[in-house]
Amino acid sequence: MTDTRIDRRFKACADANRPALVTFITAGDPDLETSKSILKSLPAAGADVIELGMPFSDPMAEGIPIQLASQRALKGGQKMDKTLQMVRGFREDDQDTPIILMGYYNPIYIRDPKLFVKEAKDAGVDGLILVDIPPEADDELCIPALEAGLNFIRLATPTTDDERLPAVLANTSGFVYYVSVTGVTGSGAMNAGNVVDAVQRIKGHTDLPVAVGFGVKTAEDAARIGKAADGVVVGSVIVEAIRNSLDDAGVATEKTVKAVTDLVSSLAEGAARARKA
Amino acid sequence: MVQTPNTIRSGPDDRGHFGIYGGRYVAETLMPLILELEKAYNEAKADPEFHGELESLNTHYTGRPSPMYFAERLTEELGGAKIYFKRDELNHTGSHKINNCLGQILLAMRMGKTRIIAETGAGQHGVATATVCARFGLPCVVYMGATDVERQKPNVFRMKLLGAEIVPVTAGAGTLKDAMNEALRDWVTNVDDTYYLIGTAAGPHPYPELVRDFQSVIGKEAREQILELEGRLPDAVVAAVGGGSNAIGLFHPFLDDESVEIVGVEAGGRGLTGEEHCASLTAGKPGVLHGNRTYLLQDEDGQILEGHSISAGLDYPGIGPEHSWLNDIGRAKYVPIMDHEALEAFQMLTKVEGIIPALEPAHALAHVVKMAPKMRKDQIIVMNLCGRGDKDVFAVGEMLGFDL
Repeated sequence: MTDTRIDRRFKACADANRPALVTFITAGDPDLETSKSILKSLPAAGADVIELGMPFSDPMAEGIPIQLASQRALKGGQKMDKTLQMVRGFREDDQDTPIILMGYYNPIYIRDPKLFVKEAKDAGVDGLILVDIPPEADDELCIPALEAGLNFIRLATPTTDDERLPAVLANTSGFVYYVSVTGVTGSGAMNAGNVVDAVQRIKGHTDLPVAVGFGVKTAEDAARIGKAADGVVVGSVIVEAIRNSLDDAGVATEKTVKAVTDLVSSLAEGAARARKA
Repeated sequence: MVQTPNTIRSGPDDRGHFGIYGGRYVAETLMPLILELEKAYNEAKADPEFHGELESLNTHYTGRPSPMYFAERLTEELGGAKIYFKRDELNHTGSHKINNCLGQILLAMRMGKTRIIAETGAGQHGVATATVCARFGLPCVVYMGATDVERQKPNVFRMKLLGAEIVPVTAGAGTLKDAMNEALRDWVTNVDDTYYLIGTAAGPHPYPELVRDFQSVIGKEAREQILELEGRLPDAVVAAVGGGSNAIGLFHPFLDDESVEIVGVEAGGRGLTGEEHCASLTAGKPGVLHGNRTYLLQDEDGQILEGHSISAGLDYPGIGPEHSWLNDIGRAKYVPIMDHEALEAFQMLTKVEGIIPALEPAHALAHVVKMAPKMRKDQIIVMNLCGRGDKDVFAVGEMLGFDL
């Protein structure tokens, strides 16, 4: 097993007998400066791990909330350079909170994957989650990422059966991200019972922590899912909170950062009581 | 890629690659489905009954083989090479799209799928999909960009008549690429019962291969027909390229015939200097989108650009991966044709041959108009007339200033 910020953070949460709260925001949403402030505010609000979305024009696995977040960021002129710069800035004050870049392959492919993983590592990134590179293409990005010292977090889904799981887990590190529903991000309600079974099934194949996402919306959800899972991933409701805080012209207001920190605090409270009777 | 000696027709390899292009770049939820599809297709390919059923439908439902027509007056007018049209516009539903839809619906039924989804740009693939769904009694959902729904009203109505549900997609610019994103989102949600019937020779492996195989009926027939009519192979084959399904269908059976020049015609839109075109090969760069690596219109940060073409059917910022490979190895060449050139060719064919072509093959024709006069009179061009222009007459009328 690797020894990265991600590994250490999951271990610390396990030692405290609580799930890690993994929060997603899109880099540059709704604008670069506000996004920096949101990023900086997340750890104090209760985020254990941060997923920073790399905006993409064609986010095929996202529901409307994250699609819109991507569009806001791109409209505001977000670029990969600025996303990496955001991480560098964050690292000046925070050496402990893991940051995972999440997104789609093309913006990395166009830069050159081998160069990108070095840039990301240098900026202070700890891991990558790529939606559209299956293990069948590990040689392209996953292996270079591991060699650069990054974790490569793989998604497992309800369609990933026991026969396929070993291939999916083979080069996975940091944690396994279990997608609780077949669907896009932010869709449908998950069945907590199924999630428990699924987490157990995955744990039968790996010692890595298992985090669960897609459909976690409230502190209650976080408490329920966090009973069985080592981590709870929340994304769509956070970017929706950003959207709802904007003015009529789509510009950030003084409420924007607070909308996120209030929500994350509430989710953290839910996660914290997950395993308390 | 492992190639059988002396053939470039054996691709893709077992990971779905044509050279560096193709592959399977999809979300994990879809990977098992793609692998299942690949297995089902390999079994179908080896099953004579599958081929028999498809052939029978091609003959009696679609009206294949489509004629190979010598365009005598156009040839005279241009004063050079003899011009033949492979007349896939005479197919049932009015374009080549039906060839692929019949093959895939049989495959879907073999797999026990009970719900069909599709994306469409101009609506030709949507109409063909809705048609085969009506024929076999399966529910059909067609994703179509909201912009395209507006500019292709006759096809929207056709699909509704055929019983399909049309979902207008407002994300992005509301064109074909956005419709494809939305179809993928549907598929990722409805994994058990749904078959995604992709309309072009792109997407994750095995789609580029199977769409090509189903469309290759065009080139197989064309090769036999021209040998019978002229006693020799053509000097050039020409087809329009959006995603590239009609083109790969014509080209593939000719790939190993070294004497045959292969030309794909891309949508040059309003010119290649700006962003208002869809010439992925001439002006794009390799990237990864919609499940495959291929040439894409994109900015320097890897964001996909919205293309523009007068023809909604060519309005896609990517291209099938086999075309990308044929381009790189130099076996086929790809040239752009501007909106206004396609519009002129559209009118020319109508007046000289009494055939109203779709705007997509009008692009191919505009290139034929350029190349034929430079060739000798004993040389032969075969062009795929892949769709008829009924769907375009209103749009063209508007552009030409007619009050309809």
